[in-house]
Amino acid sequence: MISIRNLTKRYGATDALKGISLDVRAGELFGYLGPNGSGKTTTINILTGLTAPTSGAALLAGVDMATDPVNAKRVNGLVPQSLNLDGELTLFENLMIHGRLFGMARRDYLARIDELLDYVEMTGKRDALVKTLSGGQKRRVMIARALLHRPSILFLDEPTVGLDPSIRRRIWSLIRQTQKDGATIFLTTHYIEEAEFLADRVAFLVEGEVAAVDTPHALMARLGEWALDEMRDGDLATRYFADKQQAHDAADANAGSYTVRRVNLEDAFIALTGAKVTGDAPKGNGHGK
Amino acid sequence: MASNPFRGAYALYLREMLILKRRIVKQIASMSVTPTLYVVAFGYGMGKDVTVEGVGYLAFLIPGLVAMNAMNHAWAIANEINIARFYLKIFEEFQAAPIHNVAYVAGEAMAGVTRALLSASVILVVALLFGVTLHCGPWFWLAVALNGFVFSTLAIAAAMLVRGHSDQNMIASFVITPMAFLSGTVFPLSSMPEWAQGALSLIPLTHAATAIRAAAFGQTPPLGSLAILALLGALFFIVAYKVVDAARN
Repeated sequence: MISIRNLTKRYGATDALKGISLDVRAGELFGYLGPNGSGKTTTINILTGLTAPTSGAALLAGVDMATDPVNAKRVNGLVPQSLNLDGELTLFENLMIHGRLFGMARRDYLARIDELLDYVEMTGKRDALVKTLSGGQKRRVMIARALLHRPSILFLDEPTVGLDPSIRRRIWSLIRQTQKDGATIFLTTHYIEEAEFLADRVAFLVEGEVAAVDTPHALMARLGEWALDEMRDGDLATRYFADKQQAHDAADANAGSYTVRRVNLEDAFIALTGAKVTGDAPKGNGHGK
Repeated sequence: MASNPFRGAYALYLREMLILKRRIVKQIASMSVTPTLYVVAFGYGMGKDVTVEGVGYLAFLIPGLVAMNAMNHAWAIANEINIARFYLKIFEEFQAAPIHNVAYVAGEAMAGVTRALLSASVILVVALLFGVTLHCGPWFWLAVALNGFVFSTLAIAAAMLVRGHSDQNMIASFVITPMAFLSGTVFPLSSMPEWAQGALSLIPLTHAATAIRAAAFGQTPPLGSLAILALLGALFFIVAYKVVDAARN
């Protein structure tokens, strides 16, 4: 459904993307995981036609964004990171303008707006000005807007950043439901648990390069099933084991403070990329176990 | 699949009109303040008993104010674009939509022309309150619309190229404000030296003021001025269309 080939993007002397190649399958929820500044938003901007790549190709449902952007954009829905709604317009007006931009017939968008406002539980606010909404409500309206024209690919750029945990879970439910309804979803996030919980497959992106692509389970299995966290000279060190008892035995040998727990996706990210996903892009490979 | 390159233009125009509707009281107030001050200060305070080109100064001044105000309010579309681009990030929504750049420019230009026509209407009401009635036939509105088209397309092109509000304000200070005063809006160009008249005839607002004034006095405006406005509008439209991509990267 999405095919990316040798995609590069250069801003002045900075290489934001250094030759990325990826394939996202139809109906898949694909997590695109990386620290701030790793190139996640640049990738989404290229795939949605907001930015032109320096080189390489991006195909959406077989249509090349570079040579036929209008038709490539027809299949896309985008929830950008910024809350880009018109505050001086009502929810209905924001959605109506979107429907018209995507060439929807009046009868079609009228019915669809009501359906989607119900879907994101915002029906009661249909005629409220957007500037009166909270951040979480705006994010839900943006999801409704992105789904209005029935896109086959939905791009979500950090959809839950800055939201309360309860609102975040509500957005997760919406994302899951959207996938069940048949959309392919491309999700960027730096919340590791979000990718682990939602994604069928994830790509680890570090400094504009894809370090690994696989299912969360397979990426975690590369390390083992159990992790041993130990404090050594004031620093946290983690080792991985196939067996829980092995982890405890290894800890007992040191006789210090330790925790044995299941391996998570953050372990896989740190071990496979040498980066911390929640921080800024790394300058070297100094992190990890 | 081929598509109408202008599809989506009306959606963009509609958005601008909905925003304008929501601010209409403030907008009309803002459109009427400057011309009222000009009429009071220059028309009454200075030129009450002055005759220019065979008419009272107030009657001479008001068509010039129509040209100036229409230019300013068509140019103001650049501020709306800047807010959409740098602050609200709505520009991303338009760029992610399956529309051609030409539709974007057309939609915003139509909004600029509408603002120009509205500002002209406001001045006519102000003029009426001061006892000045002008001839407002089709030539008058055509000249105002062309003036609005020239400056809204120029505004769109500028808004695509600037990197922030301050750049836009600088263009206004160096291009729009001098034009407002030097284009025969508040004084007759015939009072300037010949070399200056030649130089000022290169400015689009000079042709707008000439055409609007002629139409307001019930005459057929110089077709050359209308043609120049139409050509400049077309040229700025093409430039705006070409530079939309510059704003994306």
